[in-house]
Amino acid sequence: MNAIIISAILGVVMMYSGVLTKNTSAIRNVAIVGLIVLLGLNMAEGCGYQLFHINTKGMMSFEKYGLLFNSIAFASTLIYFLLSGRDIEKVGVYVAEYFALIFFILCGVAIVTSFNSLLLLFIGIEIISIPLYILTGADKRNLKSNEASLKYFLMGSFSTGIMLMGITLIFGATGSFMLKGIAPLVTGAADAPLNIWLVSGLLLLFISMAFKVSAAPFHFWTPDVYDGAPSVFTSFMATIVKAAIFVAFLRLFDGAYGEMKGAWQSIISITILLTLFIGNITAVFQQSVKRMLAYSSIAQAGFMLFALFGFNEFAKEGIILYSAAYSLATIGIFAILIKMKDYTFEGFNGLGKSQPVLAATNTIFLLSLAGIPLTAGFFAKYYMLAAAIKNGTQFWLVIFAVLCAAVSVYYYFRVIQSMYFKTGNAETSTITPAFKYVLIVLAGIVILLGVFPQLLLSQMYF
Amino acid sequence: MSTVPLTHILFVSTALFFTGMYGLFTRRNMITMLMSIELILNSVNINFVAFNKYLFPQKMDGIFFSIFIVTIAAAEAAVAIAIIINLYRTHKSIDVDDATELKW
Repeated sequence: MNAIIISAILGVVMMYSGVLTKNTSAIRNVAIVGLIVLLGLNMAEGCGYQLFHINTKGMMSFEKYGLLFNSIAFASTLIYFLLSGRDIEKVGVYVAEYFALIFFILCGVAIVTSFNSLLLLFIGIEIISIPLYILTGADKRNLKSNEASLKYFLMGSFSTGIMLMGITLIFGATGSFMLKGIAPLVTGAADAPLNIWLVSGLLLLFISMAFKVSAAPFHFWTPDVYDGAPSVFTSFMATIVKAAIFVAFLRLFDGAYGEMKGAWQSIISITILLTLFIGNITAVFQQSVKRMLAYSSIAQAGFMLFALFGFNEFAKEGIILYSAAYSLATIGIFAILIKMKDYTFEGFNGLGKSQPVLAATNTIFLLSLAGIPLTAGFFAKYYMLAAAIKNGTQFWLVIFAVLCAAVSVYYYFRVIQSMYFKTGNAETSTITPAFKYVLIVLAGIVILLGVFPQLLLSQMYF
Repeated sequence: MSTVPLTHILFVSTALFFTGMYGLFTRRNMITMLMSIELILNSVNINFVAFNKYLFPQKMDGIFFSIFIVTIAAAEAAVAIAIIINLYRTHKSIDVDDATELKW
């Protein structure tokens, strides 16, 4: 509850700070301090210290798991502010409003990690989506940005319509929005037969969530939107937002779909198969690094879907580790990409000579995304596949995922190859020493999580 | 006076839902597409109120949900109109077929 209320208040504070001062670095500092307060209060709630005692009538419950994910999301956002804060200022003149919208999105993130009722799932996802439509179109004079935001809006509200239709059918069948009220009818514990409204409702809800996490065959908006949006905001929506919606997805399954595992596993395995295949194969043919990262985010979503497939303790731990590893690495890569003049692979030629620190840290992040041992990405992928194997039904899917991970090494290493083994002069905008220090710290965290994943996972249990 | 059965209302709401979906996929004018999205959301509202009245008259959940949908639809429409106006300034048109910077 701390996180939801404080982040909403901070959003309003940021809007007023935009009215009171035009000094952009002051606004950025307010945002960073506010985020540190938010992170601290969220961790304090994990230790039982609550600022607000609000009776939510069981519609929300604040468990260790959701709070830990909130902490990861807020910490990633803090790193994102420190790395790319200056680039947010370059997007347009309404700097304070961009920060305010990001805080509102964080409020939505805190809601979707703790909902117990489909009403709050809907509200949380809308609180995340509506500010994102605006941020996507933030670069007002850029045609690409305008179109991306239009496209994102059409696809987003279309999937919202599908989600709402699903929720109303579920309501018609069960008379409740609570996950606890739906579960007995889904599992057949109540004596009613599984009726057609309930099944079609659950299916529509699944489709709309697949839209939101950009799982194939509902992924087609992702590359265009990620490509057209200003790079700083692509970085935010490809990482923190996507991971948050995955946690919501897992929570929904945990509550409502759980016992019907067998029936859902075939649908999910087809989704995983398509997502991994389309994401990885299309990423190979991209010429622009930004577009390649968009497809790579689809491919990574395929791996995160294994959490829903496996659905056991491994999966729950895995999604925490995966979201941390994926968010940190992708934020790092995007922060470096924003500094480049040219977004194609050729633009990275010779970066190893001109900017050794950037090239070295970029290599670590790319290795982590590819899942090479000693980086966080390795254990993240390991946990996901272990969850699927422990579940024990469709072993071929795990083999397919490993093959896809091997394909992904190709396009990640293409960037490394152009940085170190090709001659050229990669042009960057000015790099401050502080930027380099934060990058080194971030790379350190990625390696630390890769060697000792228990540092993060043990937080779940006390 | 006999009451209208639930199936009739569900028929209307389903028809509205698919009208909205058809409009969203066939129309190329952005304002019409926005109207189609509103149709989809309103069909859901009808569904909620009908289910609540006929099947669960002792509860208020469905009616409250439809109030939330109306609120959020208003917020969405505000953002959508802003996006459309911005696009009109750059393209001098509100036809989606003219917006071809990205591969559609």
